[in-house]
Amino acid sequence: MKFKLQDHMFVPKHEVLSKEEAEELLKILGIGKEQLPKIRADDPIAKEIGAKPGDIVKITRKSLTAGESVFYRLVV
Amino acid sequence: MSKVNYDSLLKDYPFPPAVKEEIKAELERHGLKKTEAKKVIEKCFQTYLANLMEPGEAAGIVAAQSIGEPGTQMTMRTFHYAGVAEINVTLGLPRLIEILDVRKNPSTPMMTIRLLPEYAKDREKAREVANRIEATYVKDVADIEVDIRRFTILVRPDKKSLERKGLTVEDLKKKIEKALKVEVEETNEGLVIQITEPSYKALMAAFEKLKDTVVMGFKEIKRVIIRKEDDEYVLYTEGSNLKKIMKVKGVDFTRTTTNNIYEIYEVLGIEAARNAIIKEALDTLEEQGLEVDVRHIMLVADVMTADGELRQIGRHGVAGEKQSILARAAFEMTVNNLLEAAIRGEEDHLKGITENIIVGQPIKLGTGDVELVLKMGGKK
Repeated sequence: MKFKLQDHMFVPKHEVLSKEEAEELLKILGIGKEQLPKIRADDPIAKEIGAKPGDIVKITRKSLTAGESVFYRLVV
Repeated sequence: MSKVNYDSLLKDYPFPPAVKEEIKAELERHGLKKTEAKKVIEKCFQTYLANLMEPGEAAGIVAAQSIGEPGTQMTMRTFHYAGVAEINVTLGLPRLIEILDVRKNPSTPMMTIRLLPEYAKDREKAREVANRIEATYVKDVADIEVDIRRFTILVRPDKKSLERKGLTVEDLKKKIEKALKVEVEETNEGLVIQITEPSYKALMAAFEKLKDTVVMGFKEIKRVIIRKEDDEYVLYTEGSNLKKIMKVKGVDFTRTTTNNIYEIYEVLGIEAARNAIIKEALDTLEEQGLEVDVRHIMLVADVMTADGELRQIGRHGVAGEKQSILARAAFEMTVNNLLEAAIRGEEDHLKGITENIIVGQPIKLGTGDVELVLKMGGKK
């Protein structure tokens, strides 16, 4: 049986941002790419969604305090 | 009374979703009119803004103190039977240290395995899955005898225990052949293993190896306990191997977890590890009756996972990777840090808090984070 690691209850939703989205995000935040938290390219989930080094991954977490919160990581 | 659409009123406010839901529920409970609701929401927004963290606030120090103070009240008693039948789990302060140190092998690894619907309801089916997981050794299902004269080992299978585990003599034979890499002869007395090298030492080595050969299950899983929770059977295990167990037939992998955070990091990635840190730390504190706000633990978990890999809080992780020499020296191993920095010719740019306190300068924290500049002649 083939299953997706992303279905696990501990894994929040990961998405790769497109180039335009990434640029816009960095503009809003007013920071450079390297200032974002990182995720490794060989991270099981990064591999599953096909993220390449240099991409920005958008993570939508279920938060205990805010209900839902968005987080970004740079693939390294 | 006409229904007011509260969602459209709330839409333009940057509340977090959980807060929005709460306000909406409260508005609905009172059935407020549009104008009233608007006022309430505006008031809520003011309060929300007033309660946001100020820029420059020492969030890390507050988190450290908020976890550290209850930590002093935790029991030093390591072992505890955590309500789960007879499974020993490290709790209290030692467990909290284990979590923050990111130990690769926690002292009491444990898994909670939930089953797919067709297995979860039936005790027999749950037992079947448990058998597939629990380590079964040759010595559990057979008697082993050593014949010193003929240099043979006789394995007498125990029919009853084989049946209980759902194994056949054939399975046992195959497993032994694979583990010892020898031919096994099946006689009516049992399985006979002939040692090729006629030495006493080789015979005993083969005997020791045979005893600890796993016939079924995973060698990490020492024990499995089946418990009924609500209306489904849940397996608790002593020992942990997430990677292999999630592929076992009948296991609902999406709801199966382990208390070994490093294993979660390896199998499910950094974000899952973050969630696991928060859950484990919170559970440990709660079990001791200590109330620590999740926000503090979330901050700690964020720091530990910021680099994309798990870093421990301490000398080999977060504190040891600080770029300032003085900040590192102030934490642990003062002389070593200063000496090594001197040998490498490192520079300290005095950008952080600790180093500025050491040299006696104002620190960039709270009101110290802002600078005032007077614009000369700018006033009309």
